[in-house]
Amino acid sequence: MGVTSKLGDLGIVTVRLEDAVNWARTRAMWPMLFGLACCAIEMMSTQASVYDLSRFGMELMRPSPRQSDLMIVAGRVSRKMAPVLRQLYDQMPDPKWVLSMGDCASCGGVYNNYAIVQGVDEIVPVDVYVAGCPPRPEQLIHGIITLHERVKQERITDWA
Amino acid sequence: MSGLQDSVWAGDIQQLKGLVSERALNGETIVLNMGPQHPSTHGVLRLMLELDGETVVTCVPDIGYLHTGIEKNMEAKQYEKSITMTDRMDYLNPMGNNLAYCLAIEKIIDLDVPLRAQYLRVLLTELTRINSHLVWLGTHALDIGAMSVFLYCFREREKLQDIFEIVSGQRMMTTYFRPGGLWRDVPEEFEPAVRDFISYFPARIEDYERLLTDNPLWLDRTQGIGFLSAQDAVALGCTGPTLRGSGINWDIRKALPYSSYEHFEFDVPLGQHGDVYDRYLIRVEEMRQSLRIVQQALDSLPDGPFRSNNRKYVPPPRSELGTSMEALIHHFKLWTEGFRPPEGEVYVRVESPRGELGCYLISDGSPKPWRVHFRTPSFIHLSALPHLAKGYLIADLVGIIGTIDIVLGDADR
Amino acid sequence: MLDPVEALTSAFPQAMEDTYEFRGEITVIVAAENIVEVCRHCRDTKGLEYNFLSDVAGVDYYPQEPRFAVSYHLYSMVHNRSLRLKVFLPGDEPELPSVTEVFPAANWSEREIYDLFGVVFTGHPDLRRILMPDGWDGHPLRKDYPLGYETVLFSFNFDEIDKHKPYARE
Repeated sequence: MGVTSKLGDLGIVTVRLEDAVNWARTRAMWPMLFGLACCAIEMMSTQASVYDLSRFGMELMRPSPRQSDLMIVAGRVSRKMAPVLRQLYDQMPDPKWVLSMGDCASCGGVYNNYAIVQGVDEIVPVDVYVAGCPPRPEQLIHGIITLHERVKQERITDWA
Repeated sequence: MSGLQDSVWAGDIQQLKGLVSERALNGETIVLNMGPQHPSTHGVLRLMLELDGETVVTCVPDIGYLHTGIEKNMEAKQYEKSITMTDRMDYLNPMGNNLAYCLAIEKIIDLDVPLRAQYLRVLLTELTRINSHLVWLGTHALDIGAMSVFLYCFREREKLQDIFEIVSGQRMMTTYFRPGGLWRDVPEEFEPAVRDFISYFPARIEDYERLLTDNPLWLDRTQGIGFLSAQDAVALGCTGPTLRGSGINWDIRKALPYSSYEHFEFDVPLGQHGDVYDRYLIRVEEMRQSLRIVQQALDSLPDGPFRSNNRKYVPPPRSELGTSMEALIHHFKLWTEGFRPPEGEVYVRVESPRGELGCYLISDGSPKPWRVHFRTPSFIHLSALPHLAKGYLIADLVGIIGTIDIVLGDADR
Repeated sequence: MLDPVEALTSAFPQAMEDTYEFRGEITVIVAAENIVEVCRHCRDTKGLEYNFLSDVAGVDYYPQEPRFAVSYHLYSMVHNRSLRLKVFLPGDEPELPSVTEVFPAANWSEREIYDLFGVVFTGHPDLRRILMPDGWDGHPLRKDYPLGYETVLFSFNFDEIDKHKPYARE
């Protein structure tokens, strides 16, 4: 990340602001505790002892959208749930990201019918899609790391 | 207050009439919304609560936030293809849902299932029961405030997921049971993995019990709340551990044995008081009994075919396709058109981890089911929630929601 | 232990329309207006004692007439046996009395049938939609209600479908 010590042993490092901010954002990206269906169980597995998502600075699941940065849409979104989901997204403070976990959230999955929203990107803008029904915890972690990589690429000119 | 505000509130109050008491309309009690996004509602359950201070006066559940249209979708799919839908209904009990649906299809066409397949079905549904109870125990304890139990439960759960992955290739949505037997025979890694789990797990149950059973905080939070009398439990349609917690000895595995459950010895734990603590004890004991069944099924697992030889309904083995014309025709017919069961209607019950899971299947003689209806335990138990929650503190409500062990996918379908 | 068909036929000769047995399951077809009395009789008569209502399910037999059916799956914990009561209803304005006063377990099942089939249960304490949103148009499980199929996206039709697909903004 370009940390260099130019001032000898004074303990000061210089870094670009972008890098520092992006580093902070990726290392403490708090997901919203928001389980919908089967994928929520795998999301819980990812949080729990074996896969331990806290290795990535994500040990805190915030039930309140006001305190969270990342919305993991874990499961199928019904037409009745869609307005609620959008409201929760609107309540999240910027910067915010959305990860669509699983086939149902990404494209409707096997439920090509009246009750399910055919892809959550109809309601909220999605940054990363994770395939699988449900995705394995490794896949979810891979999706999150992909998102981290993406966040690291963000430039200060984009924030304005 | 201005006239405009008056009219706005009058509209809302009209909607609430009949659901909450008159005191709420006068402003004596408050109406509070809980969910559909709430950490302790186990999914997307929404509750409308009328509170007098901290006491719950009325509780009106609102479900449907996970309505998936599974029943309608299954009418548009062939029998074999619609099995995948059932996994995702009660996603903590995929094998049990497969079993209910496959048993219904087998009953309607009077299809035989080899003993090996029946034993493996019992074995795997019991492992699924343990799996489901582990998630229940972890989340129930987490709701009440015991964080570490969750981590332990999910550690053991991974071992079960590995077993499911060994047999079916998928961790959760296995679709392993098919009409007439299983998708394939279990591979050789299966038996050592299950034996390993059997030797490993009993000590883990002791661990959970050491953490909770005599823990004074746990006792305070669970004893004497969520009381359900035996009469009310039957009248409200409660089944499974919720019914047995009230002392009624009714387990479908014993009363109406299916898939050769009558060959296995196990006890049905019963509660005495019908409160949250009793139901906790029952589910923990059920894990032990399930492990007993798993042990017996594995020890006495017979050799033989893993699916029926009735080629009108069950696809031939892959190896025959190259040599037998007839097998090829059957294969082609089954995977393009599907099979046609006789006209009729059946209702099949199985004991899911939550209670009675019923499958009502109507066939009109075509390759697609005319109507599939699932009687799901979570749906019926949630309808009993207003009765259970009445008069308790709002802090006890999360314990009461946890104790009926709801899965919203199961309730909304 | 009484035979349910005989006991019901002698008690309600006018209400019994048909009975049949399939794979060991007895189905009794009952006139819609008598369903509450028949349920109460099944529950309270000594020798029948169907004390547990497992399930209430709606069926749409479109385009047949009578179009709708409602099946009640009763179970007797005393005698360990089941019985299915079935009620047929006309296609326009299907209506039948609610059995919630006899079996409180039917409460939500009847709401579900009202929601998904549009069958009205008179005397139900709280007949509202349960699964679909309040303002939903139509009753999804009716056979003349479309499944709501969306064209599956392949590489050859990707551009065309993607053009019409709504995407959310910030």
